[in-house]
Amino acid sequence: MTIITELCLRRQAFHWSRSESFTIVSNSSAKMKKPYDDFKTIQDLESNPIRSQIIEAFFDRRNFQKDEVGSVDEIGFEEFLTVMSYFRAPSHHITEEQREEIRRAKLRFLFNMHDTDNDGTITLDEYRHVVEELLSRSGALGRETAKGIADAAMLEVASISVGPMAPGEVYEGITFEHFLKILQGLEIETRMNIRFLNMDTTVLCK
Amino acid sequence: MAFLRKSALVLILLVVFSTPFRALTTEGHEDTYTLSKNSAANTGSTTNTSSAGNASTGITTLPIVIWKWHHVETPYLVALWILTCWLCKLVTQLNHNFTKIIPESGLLIMLGFVLGGMVWGADKAQTFKLAPINFFYYLLPQIVLDASYCMPNKHFFGNLGAILLHAVIGTCWNAGTVGIALWGCYEGGAMGTLNIGCLQFLLFGALLSAVDPVAVIAVFEEVHVNEVLYILVFGESLLNDGVTVVLYNVFDAFVSLGGPKIDAAEIIKGIISFVVVAFGGSFIGVIFAILTSILTRITHKVQVIEAGFIIVIGYLSYLTAEMMSLSAILSITFCGVCCQKYINANMDEKSVSTLRYALKVMANGSETMIFVFLGVSAIDVNIWVWNTGFILLTILFIIVFRITGVFFLNWILNQTRLIPISLTDQFVMGYGGLRGAVAYGLAAGLDEKKIPEKNLMLSTTLIVVYFTVVLQGITMKPLVQWLNVKRATLSDLTLNGKTANRVFEHTVTAMEDICGRMGDNWWTRHWNHFDKKYLCWLLMKKDARKINDKILAAFHTLNVEDAKNYVIENESKGSLGFIRNYDTANVDFKKKLDLDYADFMPDIMADMSDYDFNIDNVPVNSMVKHPVPSVSLDIHEQDRMNINEDLNAHHVLDEHLYKSRRFNRPTYSRNNYNSNENPDELQEIFQRTMRNRLESFKAAKRSVNPAKKIPKHLKKDSPLKPNNKPADPSRTHPYGDEAGIDNPGYIDETDSCPPMRTPPWQRQTGSSMNVAPSQRAQGRLPWTPTNLRRLAPMRMSNRSTDSFMMADTYEEPPDEKEEQPGTNTKL
Repeated sequence: MTIITELCLRRQAFHWSRSESFTIVSNSSAKMKKPYDDFKTIQDLESNPIRSQIIEAFFDRRNFQKDEVGSVDEIGFEEFLTVMSYFRAPSHHITEEQREEIRRAKLRFLFNMHDTDNDGTITLDEYRHVVEELLSRSGALGRETAKGIADAAMLEVASISVGPMAPGEVYEGITFEHFLKILQGLEIETRMNIRFLNMDTTVLCK
Repeated sequence: MAFLRKSALVLILLVVFSTPFRALTTEGHEDTYTLSKNSAANTGSTTNTSSAGNASTGITTLPIVIWKWHHVETPYLVALWILTCWLCKLVTQLNHNFTKIIPESGLLIMLGFVLGGMVWGADKAQTFKLAPINFFYYLLPQIVLDASYCMPNKHFFGNLGAILLHAVIGTCWNAGTVGIALWGCYEGGAMGTLNIGCLQFLLFGALLSAVDPVAVIAVFEEVHVNEVLYILVFGESLLNDGVTVVLYNVFDAFVSLGGPKIDAAEIIKGIISFVVVAFGGSFIGVIFAILTSILTRITHKVQVIEAGFIIVIGYLSYLTAEMMSLSAILSITFCGVCCQKYINANMDEKSVSTLRYALKVMANGSETMIFVFLGVSAIDVNIWVWNTGFILLTILFIIVFRITGVFFLNWILNQTRLIPISLTDQFVMGYGGLRGAVAYGLAAGLDEKKIPEKNLMLSTTLIVVYFTVVLQGITMKPLVQWLNVKRATLSDLTLNGKTANRVFEHTVTAMEDICGRMGDNWWTRHWNHFDKKYLCWLLMKKDARKINDKILAAFHTLNVEDAKNYVIENESKGSLGFIRNYDTANVDFKKKLDLDYADFMPDIMADMSDYDFNIDNVPVNSMVKHPVPSVSLDIHEQDRMNINEDLNAHHVLDEHLYKSRRFNRPTYSRNNYNSNENPDELQEIFQRTMRNRLESFKAAKRSVNPAKKIPKHLKKDSPLKPNNKPADPSRTHPYGDEAGIDNPGYIDETDSCPPMRTPPWQRQTGSSMNVAPSQRAQGRLPWTPTNLRRLAPMRMSNRSTDSFMMADTYEEPPDEKEEQPGTNTKL
């Protein structure tokens, strides 16, 4: 944790005051601990069905853009910002390629959220887990339904990406390429954005 | 050639239809019958009837037949005109090459000219014209209700700020600038001498500020512009009608008050009145929406007329607001927009379809009438006053100020928008400012005593309407294509898409939570929370609010699609040879299925009815795979559906999917239909399907080569549980057990039968197949499944069609039968 980020953090802490995690971060060791204690203190997150996966994403090395795998136990502010940066709004004047790049990055983030054992494929169990979590708040839908949906989703991927399968074939799991393919129609680059506070952070960090 | 013949035929029909009542009107001794008088003034017709009654008292002998024209005159004329207008629409739709170039509304206006010319030729006066009272009370409400009811709520409320800004500020800007600019030019001497003051010019500007969406929306639908642009134009034009009327009334009051009496206090009063009228109207609409929603909680007891309640209450909200001199259009708009979610959830699926169709019929019908009458009304020498300067300047100003206004407001919006509105979108928005019937209706309603130049204003309005609807309408599509306006992405309907979508939403919300920002998602989430906790409790039936999930709907779609794929697959093997070739079949089915899903398969849908009613406020049709963008508010949408194809798909699915459980169909009854859809049973089917999928998938996963197992199962020859999957403890029903029979039918295809040209049911039933064939289809169960089973290369997914299994177990498929499935149908 450099002084710059620390400084940055102090300044930001004002804006982020709703998030207690940051007061914790800035007061204590400036690290967020893995058991999610810091994240758990965020009230608003409680109603989020996929809370654990999202929090997990913060501790996933793959999301730090450093070509590493595995997960860490605690993250510093830099990592935190890196993860948050996936949700930057794209600037207005970007080329088609850049847009595609952003899209890939965002989808990669989601893919990583699903692919918990980071073997490059989302297996049925992993997918099932996500769907179950996702539906867990709906109450009326049981595990059975969630399973059915996950299965159906896998079949769908299989049929779209591989085509009709011969009876003996087995579909291992969703690879990132298939993931991209199946979400082709989804407009993500414009939607998976958060408008962060309008401030020039480079100025702040000086 | 065929087209020419057809169109000639319809034209002749048109003439035939339009002549009798021309003759009849002249025959009836009152030349001054306008349509308005006829339909509005019932008292007039009652006096007629009474006089006719008196006349018949003096008879000397018993007449066998009496010619009683006056008894039926009013309704007869109205009905005839409706028929004529609709025939006009038919004419315009005969050749699509034509409507590709000129928008339908333009064509209707032109046909209106022709009809008006006929009337004029017969009567030497325009006896029929669009009276404001008819327009505002009988033609407009259903259009607004339809548009608001089918409004995609998510997009609408998501962009509500932008829409309101455009609708309120934009309209005021248009009205003010056009009025003042015209007045300036008048003072500058560009129009000669006219008896118009500044206030009158403002009034004129106000009435011209209403933007009519019909033509633009039709183009947008066709080109599939992106959702944001679509909703901005559509939402704006809907709200802006209301705002225009309010503004018009305010200026009208100013004009009546007279220039000298207007001081600061009056102006402030005018502004207050504007606000009160607009918001009051919206408020009334919301109240009526709540009433409607509460009412629909219990209307299932009278399901047959359930849909009617919505229409009547919507109309009442319009009239109530009008009665309180609040904005009626805004009232009915908000009524429709707010109640749609709850009534769709509360009402039965069938009622929802009924309502949707009924509204489409009414809206489409009256829209057609409006355009035809816009044409008819023009053929009248009395209203035409020509003033070149005035007319040209008006056209110039409305276009210029519209575009500048749109650019300015969008610039403001772009300061805060996450995704800015692009320049091309802005230009299209500005250029899409067509003027329509509302402007005409308001102009026709001007009081000649207060505004001496009423006819000039009226004729200018007409010219503006023609100019914008025809010219801008024609150029709109090339422009949109040339500017390369961003198209809508096809709505994602894959289950994965839905799931991923949900994951995004939660993730983004979580991120906002983490950084403690109260973003848009924060508001959405909290509103959803409030909605779920209180509103749904108040406004929704208990069972309707139990489950609502988008993912489930997608899942279900997938299930249905599965059956479709199954059929396609078999078809490609030649066993279900009724579809010509694989590729087209694939495409066709995709198209067909969505309709199926919505309209023709209530039985399959019904088990989902709990889930997918309130999941999405987009019309059902657009939820499923459809070329139309997910914001599908098109009034013409229903036109495009090809019933024949749908029936085709319907019956394929009907026969092969969930067959076993449906035996009794509802018989005809006037007051209710006893639906045989036992919710438990349907739930069971649903779950069974899911289990099948699951197990088949497992089987596919576990066994590297499941084909090896097949002989084993064949030997058993009984529907036992599959391989190694333990039975689910939760499984309670007997049918679940067949779930895992492993594809006994996977035998390599050696015999291929010649493809059949038409599906069996079509052969058999001909044109009357709308109702009956599914029943008949049930009789044919034995041969179909065996066919399918025999020839099906088993895919994991075809497990959802478990009815095959049941049939499989006892019959060894004879090969000959498959050759001639058609003969079997002739039972």
